Amino acid sequence: MKKHGFVYEFKKNKALFFMVAPTVLLVLVMSYLPMSGLVLAFKNYRFDLGVFGSEWNGLENFRYLFQSGAGWLITRNTILYNLLNLITSQGLAIVVAVIISELTGRIFKKITQSVIFLPYFISWVIVGTFVFNIFNYETGVLNNIITAFGGEKVNVYSMPGVWPWIICIFNAWKWVGYNSIIYIAAITSIDAECYEAADIDGANVFQKIWYITFPSIRPTIITMLLLQVGRILRGDFEMFYQIVGNNGQLYDATDVIDTYVFRSLLTNSNFGMTAAATFYQSVLCFIIIMVVNQIVKKVEADYALF
Amino acid sequence: MATATVERSNKIKLTSSRIVFNIISYVFITLLAALCVLPFVMLISGSFSSEQAIRFNGYSILPQEFTTEAYGVIFKSPEKVLRAYGVTIFITAVGTILGLFLLTMTAYVISRQDFKYRNKISFFFYFTTLFNGGMISTYIFYIQYLHLKDNFLALILPGIMNVFYLLIMRSFVNTVPTALIESAKIDGAGEFRIFVQIVLPLLKSGLATIGLFMALGYWNDWYNAMLYMNTETKFPLQYMLYNMLQKQQALAAIASQVGIKVENLPSNSLKLAMAVVATGPIILFYPFVQKYFVKGITIGSVKG
Repeated sequence: MKKHGFVYEFKKNKALFFMVAPTVLLVLVMSYLPMSGLVLAFKNYRFDLGVFGSEWNGLENFRYLFQSGAGWLITRNTILYNLLNLITSQGLAIVVAVIISELTGRIFKKITQSVIFLPYFISWVIVGTFVFNIFNYETGVLNNIITAFGGEKVNVYSMPGVWPWIICIFNAWKWVGYNSIIYIAAITSIDAECYEAADIDGANVFQKIWYITFPSIRPTIITMLLLQVGRILRGDFEMFYQIVGNNGQLYDATDVIDTYVFRSLLTNSNFGMTAAATFYQSVLCFIIIMVVNQIVKKVEADYALF
Repeated sequence: MATATVERSNKIKLTSSRIVFNIISYVFITLLAALCVLPFVMLISGSFSSEQAIRFNGYSILPQEFTTEAYGVIFKSPEKVLRAYGVTIFITAVGTILGLFLLTMTAYVISRQDFKYRNKISFFFYFTTLFNGGMISTYIFYIQYLHLKDNFLALILPGIMNVFYLLIMRSFVNTVPTALIESAKIDGAGEFRIFVQIVLPLLKSGLATIGLFMALGYWNDWYNAMLYMNTETKFPLQYMLYNMLQKQQALAAIASQVGIKVENLPSNSLKLAMAVVATGPIILFYPFVQKYFVKGITIGSVKG
């Protein structure tokens, strides 16, 4: 047993250690070392003193964050957006996958699948352009349609209430192709005999989908939900930032933890408060994913993530 | 006889529900596909429309008063666009090649059954997806301690180790027969040589798949550029485009407040033409590379 310690192993597989060293070092420096910066949440950060030289101030930062109301607002927004996006984007992807798997027209399937996958490939910057093209007051498509029917122009950028839906639609739009591929893969692996047996028993297409397809892709659905639940406190920064931009009027309805944190970085203000926000985001996310995974392990070990 | 009647009645039942299902399905999928492609059509049409037409009628599906004026403006003084293109191509090429090599080598090591620490090292990488320092700590750390401000490394390094790609690559590596590696070892080949000369050539489709994912990530990145790049000449394409759009939106907002005429602002069609120029290569390559992405996602989903 002693013989198989680290030194023995290192001598035996020296070359392998050297081969994995660059990425281990890279991840150590780029991902692990910055974790030490989380202590900022308990400090009064001053750039000249650096992360480790700044003074400790206990839980002050957290107190400010939640007393100002910002903490609750961004937490609520982040969770609600994630739930809304989770349900709509996964739901749409499942529907699309089920339909595409059932259809028989080869060319139709191929073309539509390609087209639906296309939004995944463009950057959020371009999506931001689309959003602006559609909703801007002067030349937007929406106002064009409204005026064409004789209506009054609307300024969507001053209507916070509709933005959760706009964001949810664009999120589903961008990911539907990608996610449906995952579900199509799951459906393809279902044993064809199940469907043949159902045919003989006289099941119609809706019954087959309901009694065979859905139960068969349940593990995939659960895994996808789990992955998303683990990120429930993380906002998709690129999406929110490109769609909403710096429209102050919309912040109450659209600010998530990540955009709030970024703005303070931009303006160099409230560093302590935002450090507190990221600390509690990182830690809570970690706890949530561990708890959820543990529960799943108990209930249905096969579905666990690790 | 009896079975024949049963089958026939099944078929009738089948077809009627089939027809309903097919009508709903074709309509639904066609509408969705149209929604996915429409913004692109409007983008391209807008870039070929005259400025007055856009201002007067707004954006539309077909070009209005067809003109290539906007592209003319871009390519009359192309230095800025070309430089941004250069930066993006440089970042994409270097990042993808370097990243692909390091990532594949890592995937190879952690897939070696005789390497005792493979699970520990895998977890070392996986852990970063569960827990991280967050935006603020990472930003401060990169700027203050790694001095990455305005350094191209800030655009390249963050994209190299993606745990999801690592897992996909590992399942590609797992398809290489162990016997091949064993026999090369007996022949006296060193580990690195085995990896480069025997394993890598067998991973062509894996390399293509992950390489394309990485290239797409680098091509579309604007976030790292926004955080870390100061000098305008070092801006990649997407960030340059973003800056341009921001300027226009900000100016438009101010103009509408103070009542300045909108004519003096950077034009709408120019903006759209820039977006087309920035996205063009992706759309061009898309039909040929799409299948690799489908493959990668499928493998990734099987891994869970």
